[in-house]
Amino acid sequence: MSKPVVATAHFTGCFGCHMSILDIDERILDLVELVEFNKSPINDIKNFTKPVDIGIIEGGISNDENAEILMEFRKHCKILVAIGACALTGGVPSMRNLVPLKECLEEAYLNGPTVKSENTGIIPNDPDIPVLLDKVYPCHEVVKIDYFLPGCPPTADTIWNALVALLKGEPLNLDYELIKYD
Amino acid sequence: MSMNVVTFTIDGVEVKSAPDKTILQAADDVGIYIPRLCYLKDLPPGGHCRVCTVKVNGRPVNACTYPVAEGIVVENNTEELHSLRRNIIEMLFVEGNHFCPSCEVAGKCELQALAYRLALLTPQMPYLYAQKELDATHPDVYLDRNRCVLCGRCVRASIYLDKKNVFGFENRGISMRISVNSNDGLKDTNLTKDDKSMSVCPTGCLVVKRQGFTIPVGKRPYDKKPIGSEIETKTVNS
Ligand code: SF4
Ligand code: SF4
Ligand code: SF4
Ligand code: FES
Repeated sequence: MSKPVVATAHFTGCFGCHMSILDIDERILDLVELVEFNKSPINDIKNFTKPVDIGIIEGGISNDENAEILMEFRKHCKILVAIGACALTGGVPSMRNLVPLKECLEEAYLNGPTVKSENTGIIPNDPDIPVLLDKVYPCHEVVKIDYFLPGCPPTADTIWNALVALLKGEPLNLDYELIKYD
Repeated sequence: MSMNVVTFTIDGVEVKSAPDKTILQAADDVGIYIPRLCYLKDLPPGGHCRVCTVKVNGRPVNACTYPVAEGIVVENNTEELHSLRRNIIEMLFVEGNHFCPSCEVAGKCELQALAYRLALLTPQMPYLYAQKELDATHPDVYLDRNRCVLCGRCVRASIYLDKKNVFGFENRGISMRISVNSNDGLKDTNLTKDDKSMSVCPTGCLVVKRQGFTIPVGKRPYDKKPIGSEIETKTVNS
């Protein structure tokens, strides 16, 4: 029987949640026995090559590219699991949601104290750069998310317990200590 | 039957209490935890948050303000009430601006602790991102309204415990905010960092400056034990 297929994605986050996946220590050996990895920054596979059973999402949605790839994940994955404060709520990057985007960009590239030369700063606008959205959105506001694992990042145990439960088709019950928003 | 004792039930368990108590006080006395946010022992109840909602003879009431009575049938630990409480907590999260990963009271915050206890994995209602003012004018403390849950504990503590009247409410409904009774912010009041009103805030809204992040993760009050365990584990002497 072929192994269940797992894919992971990184959007507007710090990669800490992916680090936490790797933090399952030697259980990673069990994991590679249990599942096959498809598109993921861990193996650098860029495109989906087959249908995926479980998609794991880190980070909120702050630009058009994030949104497009998240929708692609929804299309290819049977189950989508959002992990970490950024994916669940927008997290620390969503602090910018309290300031209009134009002001954020002007502060960063034109008026901020670290902008060096007067009158020469430009707001980057290359067609190759993803276009920022007005706000950083939680993933569930863009596509349907099936499971949420809170934490910043969720601990390796949270991720491991959840993955094992999902792979075995068991209900996902997180112990009290594993429900954390930080 | 003694006039000084009333007998009633909470989730089918018989509870005896002095007649001048509220349901919440009577429950605390026998080690039954009713979730609460704006209530604090030693302060008159505010009845603001509705987190303590229980059913009395089938009708929802605030446990923190409703007096005990002979023979009443109280429901507390039911999925229906937990789901209602979860909704209230969720609304408080999306109406405020709570960035827990960078908040200095994470791990000891009662709003967060209630979310954990009620197993709210994440708020899913749309966030409001409302503009809320920060008052950092005082040399020793600050007021970050982004994290305020409008429980009014600071208002009551300032009046009844500190005898000062530093805080109040302004506006109504969704625009309600905590206000400072002065013309020029907190620095223009007689508030000190040792005031009772500073220690009663359940969230990171009223905070003493330069004291954050002192307890390591894993040792903070709600890291291992749910809020309410201190009531549930206390010895019951009847
Ligand atoms: S939730 Fe925390 S650890 Fe995960 S990506 Fe966001 S900031 Fe990083
Ligand atoms: S006050 Fe509590 S809920 Fe709000 S950000 Fe801080 S820890 Fe989170
Ligand atoms: S400042 Fe704190 S104590 Fe006062 S109303 Fe807001 S949350 Fe409650
Ligand atoms: S604790 Fe009773 S209404 Fe808030």
